[in-house]
Amino acid sequence: MVNHPTLTVSVQQSDFDVAQLQRALLAGAQEEGAVATFTGYVRVSNGRGDVYSMELEHYPGMTENSIMGILQEAAQRWPLLATSVVHRVGKLRPGDQIVWVGVSSEHREAAFSACEFIMDYLKTRAPFWKKELGPGGGHWVAAREQDVSRAARW
Amino acid sequence: MLKVLFFARIREQLGRASLDVEWRQQVSDLDALQQQLCLENGALWREVLGQDNIICAINQTVVDGDAILQDGDEIAFFPPVTGG
Repeated sequence: MVNHPTLTVSVQQSDFDVAQLQRALLAGAQEEGAVATFTGYVRVSNGRGDVYSMELEHYPGMTENSIMGILQEAAQRWPLLATSVVHRVGKLRPGDQIVWVGVSSEHREAAFSACEFIMDYLKTRAPFWKKELGPGGGHWVAAREQDVSRAARW
Repeated sequence: MLKVLFFARIREQLGRASLDVEWRQQVSDLDALQQQLCLENGALWREVLGQDNIICAINQTVVDGDAILQDGDEIAFFPPVTGG
């Protein structure tokens, strides 16, 4: 039983390589039987029209700390070995990767559940804001009730 | 001194990202600070900071309006988050 999983958070402008992130998550691993990962992308359409690009704003300091808090809570709920979040900020385009969550554990149940929990909490708690730019100009994305109810399940 | 930060839609609507406010004992909690900012800065600020879905943080922790302010605090006002 591992009580001190490795928790890492990166908020960055640059793109990321999911294969490299997964290798880093498993660095030195012996006991891992499962890794679950999630990658989020910028969609080309938001249901209101085309998205040309997106600006992602955050609250430096609070954003990293709030994600770390979410990872610590996940580590209390499930027997995790390592978990990592990478989230991009700045200008992004449709098809770009926005967020990556990786979780390793001995068995798949904890990895699946923790990965989903981390994304649900990140969506409703971490201070990021998306502004979409399309044919009609700029538009701040509204928070979705569906995301709040998904987070409330945990 | 209090450092007040604004993010996203609120930052754009107010036309500024931050503001230094002198700390006064009479302005003891977040609600009082919000009222003071609206009084001193006029109708636009009343409209923007009066929106009912605004989230407030003190020293990077989300708090309610009755949270007590202390000299040196960093206060932030922002809309519901939309990351991920």
